[in-house]
Amino acid sequence: MSMASISVNALTKNYSVSRKTPGIKGTLKHFLFRRTETITAVDEISFSIQPGEMVGFIGPNGAGKTTTLKMLCGLIHPTSGDVSVIGHKPHSLEPGFLKQITLVMGQKQQLLWDLPPLDSIKVNAAVYGISPRETNNRIDELASMLGLGNELNRPVRKLSLGERMKAELLAALLHRPSILFLDEPTLGLDVISQVRVREFLSSYNERYGATMLLSSHYMGDITSLCDRVILIHHGQIIHDGSLITLTEKLAPLKSVRLELNKPQTRESIGKYGLIEDYTDTFAQLLIPRKALTSSISNILRDLPVTDLEVSDPPIEELIRQLFESGENLSI
Amino acid sequence: MSYKPRQHKVLWFLRVIKSLLINQYALMMEYRAEIALWALSGILPLIMLGLWSQTNIQDLIELQGFNLKRYFLSAFVVRQFTVVWVIFSFEEDIVQGRLSPFLLQPVPLFWRYYTSHIAEQITRVPIVALMIMILSVVLPNSFWLPKFTELILTTFVIFLAFTVRFMIHWAFAMSCFWVERASSIERLLLIPYLFFSGLVAPIDTFPKEISQIAYLTPYPYLLSFPANLLSGHHVNIQLNIMILIFWALFLFLISTLAWKKGVKHFTAMGA
Repeated sequence: MSMASISVNALTKNYSVSRKTPGIKGTLKHFLFRRTETITAVDEISFSIQPGEMVGFIGPNGAGKTTTLKMLCGLIHPTSGDVSVIGHKPHSLEPGFLKQITLVMGQKQQLLWDLPPLDSIKVNAAVYGISPRETNNRIDELASMLGLGNELNRPVRKLSLGERMKAELLAALLHRPSILFLDEPTLGLDVISQVRVREFLSSYNERYGATMLLSSHYMGDITSLCDRVILIHHGQIIHDGSLITLTEKLAPLKSVRLELNKPQTRESIGKYGLIEDYTDTFAQLLIPRKALTSSISNILRDLPVTDLEVSDPPIEELIRQLFESGENLSI
Repeated sequence: MSYKPRQHKVLWFLRVIKSLLINQYALMMEYRAEIALWALSGILPLIMLGLWSQTNIQDLIELQGFNLKRYFLSAFVVRQFTVVWVIFSFEEDIVQGRLSPFLLQPVPLFWRYYTSHIAEQITRVPIVALMIMILSVVLPNSFWLPKFTELILTTFVIFLAFTVRFMIHWAFAMSCFWVERASSIERLLLIPYLFFSGLVAPIDTFPKEISQIAYLTPYPYLLSFPANLLSGHHVNIQLNIMILIFWALFLFLISTLAWKKGVKHFTAMGA
């Protein structure tokens, strides 16, 4: 097994946050005596990511996703624990490390607002020591993968959100980083732009074997790009594994939809599973995954079935239910 | 063929500086109207000239061979090219979360702000030239033509003075890592600058004890020294340049230490 690109062991980050009670009394008290409390944003998390892996990093707002990403790329120092990214300690911000990583944040930009993206991209080329000819080749290649053309010559402020995000990606990937930290890269984009960005990230991973850690609230980003997901809640990892395993854990029941050519009683259908919906020639059942094969063969043998469909509940729905279900989550 | 920064570090660095300057110059050209207004706002030395001309101090110090009009006109030029706003920009970048992507690039952040200030000054050159032309029409008797060598030397000294002023502000900008509104420090820094730099009055008109204190700070070398040099007054050029270099190196050391501590404290808020 090759050496992990990203290795995290008992990583913790505490923040000191000032507390203030509302109202004039609270304001005066806060002015005279600043009270602070320590908040644990990331609580002893451990995981590793292999070279070329695309891993989804999901969790509700305030779960610790962005704090973890910031520690992995070296923006902030961990309170305790170890982190190693391609053999470097990220917070040392060594040039050799910085040349191999990038951080793309959907809600933040590095392109200068009043200039065309190409102006900022040319500065990046100089910063990363890419020759002018090679710069042009890379711009052409990435622009074609992203579907960008004349937009690169228009001031950033005149671009649509989708065009701007694509230009941001071009600027962030010009130096061909092998590690990509992506924080909500499709935030606010329309469906077409979201798909384009996902396709681009997938091709980039295929072409350069880049390792990606992707945080997103759009499950479409995760399901279309990542086989593995890390689920974080209250600073702790509650799942690290494949999406399929997660779905199985979250939804131990499969949904089976039946259409029948003769009316059947509720009781005759109810013995195969839990009825969710029923008319005399239609039924929707929930059947435990483990009993699915035998139940379906029994249904086909005993009932006059004209159509049968087996499905999982949508992953978005499962995750939403999980995070809404309470404080102490364990899967 | 890919460029190899380790083998050509100096060439790589020069290319980075050139790209940043071109980029920042293009950006500043987008704000040409604003820069003209900022240049106009730097007329305090001309106001001080008007004020001092109404008093008998002018006759008093001119007896000692000091030309007050030349001094304030020179101070006007020096002030135009030593304007620094790095604390404001650094604070805004931290608060808005714009610092993060640049912090993750393999070039010290210092150069982005430094080149942005130099680019603004280059944009200012034609505006200041126009203002000087207008002043030469309004005050024809106060004008003089410095020698070419004096102009070159003064340009170098102004650049050095700007660098030291920038380094003072850069060192204090590091406090943005700890406090949310470090721009209040910028306002505080303006007070010693106003009085000790010779902006409101030539330092030689101060009581001896005050001027002695002033010369212990970097401020007289930021404005009074280059203004005296440009106006042709006698100054110890070598000594003053050495003092400017000392302050630049000292402040570089202080700001580097503060940077190292600050980055550890950075929480990348808003990003």
